[in-house]
Order: sequence, then C-alpha cells, then structure tokens
Amino acid sequence: MTFHLFIPIVSPLIGAALAVLLHRQWVVVRALTLISVLINLGYGLWLMSVVPQSGPLVAQASGWLAPFGISLVADGMSALMVMLAALLMLTTVVYSFYSVDREREAHFYYPLLLLLLLGVSGAFLTGDLFNLYVWFEVLLVASFGLITLGGSREQLEGGLKYVVLNLLGSTAFLFGCGLMYGFAGTLNMAHIAERMATLADPGLQTVLAGVFLFAFGSKAAIVPLFFWLPSSYHTPPVAVTAIFSGLMTKVGVYSLYRVFGLLLQNELAIYAPWITLIAGLTMVIGVLGAVAQMNVRRILSFHIISQIGYSVMGLGLASAAGLAAGLVFTAHVMIVKMALFFIGGAAEQINGTGDLKKMGGLARREPLLALFWFLGILSLAGIPPLSGFIGKLILLQVGVSQQAYLITAVAAGTSILTFFSMLKIWNEVFWKKSYEDVNRLPRVRFGLLAPGAALVILSVALGLVAGPLVEYNTIAGQQLFDRAAYITAVCGADGCEAVYRAAVK
Amino acid sequence: MIILLAIAIGSLFGGATYLILRRSVVKLILGLIMLSHGVNLLIFTMGDGVRRGGPPLVDASGQPPAGSADPLVQALILTAIVISFGFTAFVLALAYRSNQAAGSDDLDDLSTTDRL
Repeated sequence: MTFHLFIPIVSPLIGAALAVLLHRQWVVVRALTLISVLINLGYGLWLMSVVPQSGPLVAQASGWLAPFGISLVADGMSALMVMLAALLMLTTVVYSFYSVDREREAHFYYPLLLLLLLGVSGAFLTGDLFNLYVWFEVLLVASFGLITLGGSREQLEGGLKYVVLNLLGSTAFLFGCGLMYGFAGTLNMAHIAERMATLADPGLQTVLAGVFLFAFGSKAAIVPLFFWLPSSYHTPPVAVTAIFSGLMTKVGVYSLYRVFGLLLQNELAIYAPWITLIAGLTMVIGVLGAVAQMNVRRILSFHIISQIGYSVMGLGLASAAGLAAGLVFTAHVMIVKMALFFIGGAAEQINGTGDLKKMGGLARREPLLALFWFLGILSLAGIPPLSGFIGKLILLQVGVSQQAYLITAVAAGTSILTFFSMLKIWNEVFWKKSYEDVNRLPRVRFGLLAPGAALVILSVALGLVAGPLVEYNTIAGQQLFDRAAYITAVCGADGCEAVYRAAVK
Repeated sequence: MIILLAIAIGSLFGGATYLILRRSVVKLILGLIMLSHGVNLLIFTMGDGVRRGGPPLVDASGQPPAGSADPLVQALILTAIVISFGFTAFVLALAYRSNQAAGSDDLDDLSTTDRL
C-alpha cells in the first residue's frame, strides 16, 4: 500500500479549505496557497524519480480490493503530469500575487486555484473511469469560478460559452462511462483493459471509442470541437488564461492518451488514421485561425489549438514511441505556452491594452521582456537548441520511421506558420515604434517578468539537457502502452478478473 | 421495459438537441438539463448486472440476492444527479448575470468576445 499517493489530492484540498476559512487574512491565504502547491511540486518530483524504476505505484482507497474500490495509480505519465501541474500552478500563483486585484483575492481566487489543482491532480492519478469523470467535474467547477470571477460583460459572455460547451463534453463523457459499465461491467481501468481483450462485440468497442474521442476531444479543443476556447480564454485575468492554457486542454489530451493507450488499445489501430487526420487539421486550422486576430491573447489562444494537434499526433501514431514523443512535446508546450501568456500579459499590462495596433516599442523599453519573448517563440516554433526543437524532432522522427509522411510534412510546415504568426506579435508589440513616448510607459514589475522568464529558462535547459526528459518519457510511453504491467500493478499477478471471481464466489 | 426506456432516452436526447440548438439561453439550459436526464436514464438501463456475472452483492450461496438490483448504477446516477444539479444552479446564475450585463438572452447578441 502506498497511501502517499493521496498527498497531491489532500494537500490542495486542505489548503483550499483553510484558505476559505481564513479568507480575511490575505497573507495567510497566499502562504497557504504557496505551501500546498510546493508540497505537490516536491511530491511530483519525488514521484518522477521513483516511478521509472518501480513501475506504476498503486493505492487502494479505504483498502478496498482492486476492481471493487477506487484505485489511484501513478505511472510515468501521471507522475510527469502531477509534477507539471504543480510547477505551472506555482508560476501562476507568483504571477497572481502581482497581477490579480484585491477584489478577486477577497472573493476566493486562491482557493479556486487550489481546487483547480486538486481536480487536475486527481484526474491524473485516478485509476477508475467514473472517478475520472468526478475529477473532471471538480476541475471544471473551479475553472467556471475562475473564468467568471469579476463579472464583466466579456467574462460572462465568454464564460457562458465555455460553461455550456464543457458541460456538453462532460455529459458525453458520462454517457461513455454508462456505456462502458454496461459493456464491460466494471469501471476500474485495469479491469476494463483486461476485459476488453476477452469481450466479443468489437462494434460496440468502436462506438465507445468514438464517444470518448468526442468527449475528451471537446475538452482538448481538437477540430471541430474547439470553438469555446478562442471565444472565452482571453476574457479573464492573464494569470487565469495562462493556467487554463497550461492545464485544461492538457487534461483532455492526458485522458485521450489514457483511454486509447490503456482501455481501448485495440481500437487505436482502427481510429489511428482518423486521429491523425484530426491532428493535422487541428494544427493547420489553429494556426490559420490566429492570422485574422489582432489581440495578443487571442492569437495565443488559437495557437493552443494548433499545438494540441501535435499532442494528438503522438496518439495518432499509435505506438509506444509515438505516445512517448507526444508526451515530450506536451510537456514542452505546457511550459512554453504558459511562458508566452505570462510575457504577453506583462506586455499587455505595460501598454494598457492587448490590441496589437495600439501596442509597440517594448523592445526598447523592456529589453529583458523582449528577449524572453523571443526565446519563447523560437522554442514554440522549434528552433534548436530549445525544448520545442527536441519535442518536434522526436515526433517527426517517429512519424518518418512509421511512414506517416503526410502528417509529418504537415507538422513541419505548421512550425513555419507558427513562427510567422508569433513574429507578428514580435513586430507589433516589441519591434515597431510606440505611438506614445516609450519612456512614459510603466516599467514591468519583477513579479510579472519572473514567472515567464523562469519557464523560458526551463525550456532552454530542457533543450540543452534533453537526455533525461526524453529517457523519462520513453519509459512513460512504454508504461502507458504496457497493459499487462498496469493490470499486474493494480490487481496483482493473476489479474483483476481472478480477484473478481474469487470475491464473488 | 428496456424498449420503453430506450424510447424515453431517445426522446430526451432528441428534445435536448432541439432545445440546445435554439437561440435563447434559457432554452439552451433546459436542453442541458434534459440531456443530463437522458444520460442518467441511459446509465440506469446499463444496470443489468445478472447478465455480466452479477452485482458485487452476493448472499451465502454466491448468487445475487433475489429481487435485488445492481447498486452501482444507482450510486453512479446519484452522483451524476448531484453534479448536474450543482452545475444547473451555476449555469442559471450565470445566465441571469449575463442577461443583466448584456441586456439580452439571444445567443446571437452574446458574440462580443468573438468579434474581431
């Protein structure tokens, strides 16, 4: 029994509860938030150091026997995601200290952030399909609070679309859970994976896979289910947009990986061409959608969609190597995308607007900010030696080795379009002359620069010392694709069915 | 019985789709409520535990007690009902506030965040 797996769930939960109780003392609230996030980060790092050697770690809630109770499972992918969620939340919390107004702080902004972290960590760790649905709802309700907190007209309109389309996605997920229970008679992921191999009726499995592809695809904002994202992400404060870009769509990607890599692995072969097609369309349409936009955060929002295409491409390659490459890329893009949102948000704060036409002159006024932005867009486009280069290189290598030339070409071509689109922001915000005297613009505050800069430096470091990241994710991809090892870790060497039969007898 | 339930689920899904495609926010929310009811009923029909080896409740002879239903689907539905109840309350409050802010409950008027 490894009950320490509950730490990343319990720590933000207690932190959020105490922060609500003590919400009048803002110093205490901030300290509680930081402590909870740091505990998660430390635990996530420790988990990442243990899991590659030990295989998946498992904890059974309340000590219930595996297929009957709810299992928590941490394999390589879960550990990576738990760590990244905490790391990104840490930068968001620091950025929020300097950017979020007192009014929002008084109305439970930090507890909502912690609840978001709670939901995300729970979703990454659970080994039960219905429990995954519940964690999805936890993180959704926290995100609903965050996106509408403040109540301006824009936020309410964007929030309404965000809420309605995410509820539709969740309902589809619940629909899939119900069908899965009717079909497999269990909701434990290991048990489902085991039974899927023996159950007849492949047609129903294909339907199930389609339902899950729709449900998680609408969370991950793949084409054609992405419309909620660009119409809502630019409305809340920058810190909220940034953490959403880092976590929300990636939970959808994680669930796609988990469901298709573990539960419905047989269906992956059938769906792979379609997933690859969707991946290509998502890359291209996302990046083209950004062309018409003239607002920093709206352009970046469309780029979230485009980058999701690369993550989904890893799934479409339908092999352990493809999943590993997708994981490397997803880890990279979570970091860099958030950095760009932080830096773009800081530029917005200096200029007082996110409208590209009204901004300008920041390369002269804030050379450091400009430098980190430039490194960030180089990394996003995939220029060596930054982390984006490694992420894309491995994806393309796997694509070529599996003779998926078309998607590989599309992925490479989209990089150029991405860079072009990012240069637009560079030209308008940093390079061109300001309409007003740049010396009158306010200086960037350290707390607004530091989180983005730290993430960019991390991206540079991951590019220069890519070996450990790639090695780790190769193991994580293999663990994700290795059904037998997962089942053994959760239910023991005889498998879940044996435990089930023994208990029912 | 299962055919009746299938017809009921189908009608709920059809009605929900129709309502969700309307332009009024209130009808949209009614559609979401109907959709969640449809899914709950669908889970209910999945509870035929005997077919798959029985619910995790057995008596001394190892058989499911006579006349007992699968308790798991009921737990699932209960959870889903509670969650959708909470979300419905939230969406209603959000619709009320956005109606106050935008002065309209026509979805075509709520497009300021999409305009260039």
